[in-house]
Amino acid sequence: METTLFYIFAALTLLFGFLCVANPFSRNPVTSAMFLVLTMISISGLFILLQAFFLAAVQILVYAGAVMVLFLFVIMLLDLKEAEHTHVRKVALVTGLVSVMGLGVMLVLSIAGSGIVEAPAKRAIGDTKLLGQLLFSKYLLPFEIVSVLLLVAMIGVILLSRKEAK
Amino acid sequence: MKSVGLEHYLIVCALLFCLGLLGVIIQRNLIVMYMGLELMLNAANLALVACSHFLNKLDGQILVFFVITVAAAEVAVGLALIVAICRRKQSTDVADLNSLKL
Repeated sequence: METTLFYIFAALTLLFGFLCVANPFSRNPVTSAMFLVLTMISISGLFILLQAFFLAAVQILVYAGAVMVLFLFVIMLLDLKEAEHTHVRKVALVTGLVSVMGLGVMLVLSIAGSGIVEAPAKRAIGDTKLLGQLLFSKYLLPFEIVSVLLLVAMIGVILLSRKEAK
Repeated sequence: MKSVGLEHYLIVCALLFCLGLLGVIIQRNLIVMYMGLELMLNAANLALVACSHFLNKLDGQILVFFVITVAAAEVAVGLALIVAICRRKQSTDVADLNSLKL
């Protein structure tokens, strides 16, 4: 059961990821954004299989919710027309495919050639309680620093997207 | 059917990372390039969660939590930059951003 689900979610993740970045049927950015949502949902399915329940929920809330709304807002705000005439250059396509396939083959071969880690009998379950205890004891300082980072990002975004006064 | 081990998950991560990189290389629309970046970040997240599960430690999941936070901040700043560029150039094609070219 778990094995079947893993193969289903892995295949969906890779399929939707491919359709997101290099869709052969449509060059509309909105289509890519929708396939990105589907990729995120498949990845959160993989998180559930890995027993990271809290992260699966966060993944759907943050990516499929907040980040995707941001992407769609910007696409609609800029009113991007379907980029028909900007065809992908042949040189970029060939060099990109060759280099990415080289990297992919290298990574997959090195992972497959390394030793196999067996699943431990007692699994770490990422539920809210355990993660929260760890987050507010051992990782309290990084947690506070991240909140400052979010504040800085918010100020930066407001400054950047402000209309120039003069 | 053989049970799923760590290397199965890591291979999925590697392939997902390659897809994201492919998107950044072949796309010319800034927004779709950004989606490729998101895919690469998610591949790293998946690798961290898989290692955290198979090594029986929760620290990897905490790191993923921070990565998701930073990624959200990064998307907000990046999209604001794209809006600013688009206001100036009326285009999101990377080929039009050649002001610094000699």
